[in-house]
Amino acid sequence: MIPREFEYHAPKSVPEAIGLLHQLGEDAKLLAGGHSLLPMMKLRFAGPAHLVDLGRIPELKGVREEAGTLRVGAMTTEHELIESALVQSRVPLLVEGARLIADPQVRYKGTVGGDIAHGDPGNDHPALMIALGASFVLRSAAGERVVPAESFFLGTYETELRPGEVLTEIRIPIPAAGTGAAYAKLKRKVGDFATAAAAVTIRMDGDIVSDVAIALTNVGPTALKARVAEESLRGRTLDDAAIARAAELGMQICDPAEDQRGDAEYKTAMAGEMIQRALRTAASRAAH
Amino acid sequence: MATKQAVSFKLNGKAVDVLVEPRELLIHTLRERLAHTGPHIGCETSHCGACTVDLDRMSVKSCTVLTVQCQGAEITTVEGLEQAGELHALQQAFHEQHGLQCGYCTPGMITRAYRLLQENPDPTEEEIRFGMSGNLCRCTGYQNIVKAVQAAAKKLAEMRAAPKKAAAPQPAAAETIA
Repeated sequence: MIPREFEYHAPKSVPEAIGLLHQLGEDAKLLAGGHSLLPMMKLRFAGPAHLVDLGRIPELKGVREEAGTLRVGAMTTEHELIESALVQSRVPLLVEGARLIADPQVRYKGTVGGDIAHGDPGNDHPALMIALGASFVLRSAAGERVVPAESFFLGTYETELRPGEVLTEIRIPIPAAGTGAAYAKLKRKVGDFATAAAAVTIRMDGDIVSDVAIALTNVGPTALKARVAEESLRGRTLDDAAIARAAELGMQICDPAEDQRGDAEYKTAMAGEMIQRALRTAASRAAH
Repeated sequence: MATKQAVSFKLNGKAVDVLVEPRELLIHTLRERLAHTGPHIGCETSHCGACTVDLDRMSVKSCTVLTVQCQGAEITTVEGLEQAGELHALQQAFHEQHGLQCGYCTPGMITRAYRLLQENPDPTEEEIRFGMSGNLCRCTGYQNIVKAVQAAAKKLAEMRAAPKKAAAPQPAAAETIA
């Protein structure tokens, strides 16, 4: 399987990449790790006339901590994220999530920014970033704007990213000490997208939930923030009934596409199960 | 036709120049232009791992990498693991532990295991299974593949502890194949 013909560009800086996007217009696609776009091009679902490879831009790589925020360069790979001592210690949820993405080879190439910017509801970082309250830095010739993860995803393959914009950085507020987090993902096999998955961050005050975030993967046109489920838990005792109720409320916002992973009813039920598992695991990791 | 691009990289320590269309995939360059048929084409959809090669110290599926992305890269294929006529410890271990039956997945398996052991010279069984999970085998049931990686890790540890008296041949690659 060979992609349609295209011209290849490898800019060395973000301004150069933005310049190319302006010059080439709608016929250009940005190439990150290539493990979503290249398969789509090989299957001829996508056929851009120009590929602008972000892989040679050093400033898009790497992870650093600045003023309580983890700043992840958009071209940081899943493998680099997993191996980063800084990420392991500051935002272990990202490591747990990234270890469940695809397989080792794909994780050496696949990038955090690509996973987000692609807008695929099956990708895992969108829900992780929503649960973490992350925001995305989008740069264009006009300057930079910062968009919260929870308002970035507009539909399947549709995001806030405008023509001529590049996602350069992901900013994640480092969760306060004592925050528990978990990602529960059901998949058929290594390398598969989620049948359903839930990302949870939670803060506990004894048995009472002081704050919680819940986000879901692959059970709607975008990753979903389960706001009503979250609200049902805040200020409440986290017992079996509260967890079951939150799962029930989370299932109410699910609208999964039917495919070989299951029908809508099954996927919705599994989303409920993943919410329950992620809540229990996250709470067990939280300081009480 | 799209503009062809000149791409230079090192393949198993030797400098290589190719002139390719941007859409050419690395697996095709390796197999069809450079006659390195160790990496196999399996699924062509980045699932099976038969096309795995080592690219700048990463295990990658060469069916999902463009050759033009490899400018300046150092690539190792299964052909590059043998040194001075002697099989690499992983190759020997796959042979001794019956880590293959039909052999189709084997070059990808061994190339992936090579990087795994570079990063983690003493992996647990769980770490081997996790680290090898991007390579599919439809014959062995994986048991003997795991055994082979374990055996190779042990052999490599022994070799590091007691280096050969004769000077080992120096591969041309920047990274010593060990």
